Amino acid sequence: MTALNWEIGGRSLTSRLLLGTARYPSLTVLQQAIRASGAGIVTVSLRRESAEGRAGSQFWATIKDLGVHVLPNTAGCKTVKEAVTTAEMAREVFETSWLKLEVIGDDYTLQPHPFLLVEAAETLVRRGFEVFPYMTEDLVVAERLVQAGCRILMPWGAPIGSGQGLNNPWALRTLRARYPNLTLIVDAGIGKPSHALQALELGYDGVLVNTAVARATDPVQMGRAFGLAVEAGRLAYLAGTMPPQDLAEPSTPVTGTPFWHSAQQEFHG
Amino acid sequence: MLIEVNGEKKELHQPQALAEAIQHWGYAGAAIAVAHNDEFVPRSRYATLQLQDGDRLEIVAPMQGG
Repeated sequence: MTALNWEIGGRSLTSRLLLGTARYPSLTVLQQAIRASGAGIVTVSLRRESAEGRAGSQFWATIKDLGVHVLPNTAGCKTVKEAVTTAEMAREVFETSWLKLEVIGDDYTLQPHPFLLVEAAETLVRRGFEVFPYMTEDLVVAERLVQAGCRILMPWGAPIGSGQGLNNPWALRTLRARYPNLTLIVDAGIGKPSHALQALELGYDGVLVNTAVARATDPVQMGRAFGLAVEAGRLAYLAGTMPPQDLAEPSTPVTGTPFWHSAQQEFHG
Repeated sequence: MLIEVNGEKKELHQPQALAEAIQHWGYAGAAIAVAHNDEFVPRSRYATLQLQDGDRLEIVAPMQGG
């Protein structure tokens, strides 16, 4: 067991990266990117299937082949009823009670609907789901979700697919400080590995990334870059980062410096 | 009778259970889940759920997601 091992939803994993499976150039690239990233959890979804197409069955076979845990989402749902029905269908098809709960409240920002999210979470926890709620970074919404029985929270870093990174590090730090024992994942808005690293440095247990890998020029290479970033971030968090300060402090010892004090710099303000 | 499947009207010539209709439409063996009039239908109920004229079905399958 290394310090990087962790438990989520009753399962033991090594990588702290959760990877989305959408928007890749092909199923083969998706498969290679997942392998290169080392991600142990991938998100999946449900869509209307035509009898002729069977695209879903092919995709599902590809994912099963990888031996990773799947986290079905309720993407696109805008009501509690839609989210709950989609969740029930996902549990049967994917044979897991894990659920990334998305209830969208605004079409332009895809911001989670805080009130409907809490309501849907209450229902789904009662029905035996392990709910991973996709939420804003709001502390009070977090508390309501915890009261509803969520053991995992997934605040957004920025809007889905925007690649803006962590827009509100203060709020994310506050959530971490207030819920030291809860599993916290930054979901959405991560644009590059340094954003993921930052989330892990803040003490987040993991990050969920999709577009940043899928839409990279080389998704496979980017998958590996994210895998390394989350590992570096977690190690940095465990090692304890130094506090920042305003003034310089020489890192090279000054005692015995040649020509010590022979030249004096003058400032003319 | 007419059944709405994923937003499209489909004809069924005789009253059928959901299990038969799914087979008739070519979904046999596919990894799917079904909602009937907005309610989830567990696989165990496919054989006994009798479809009525005007029923709405959502038939979904795994898909890429973030």
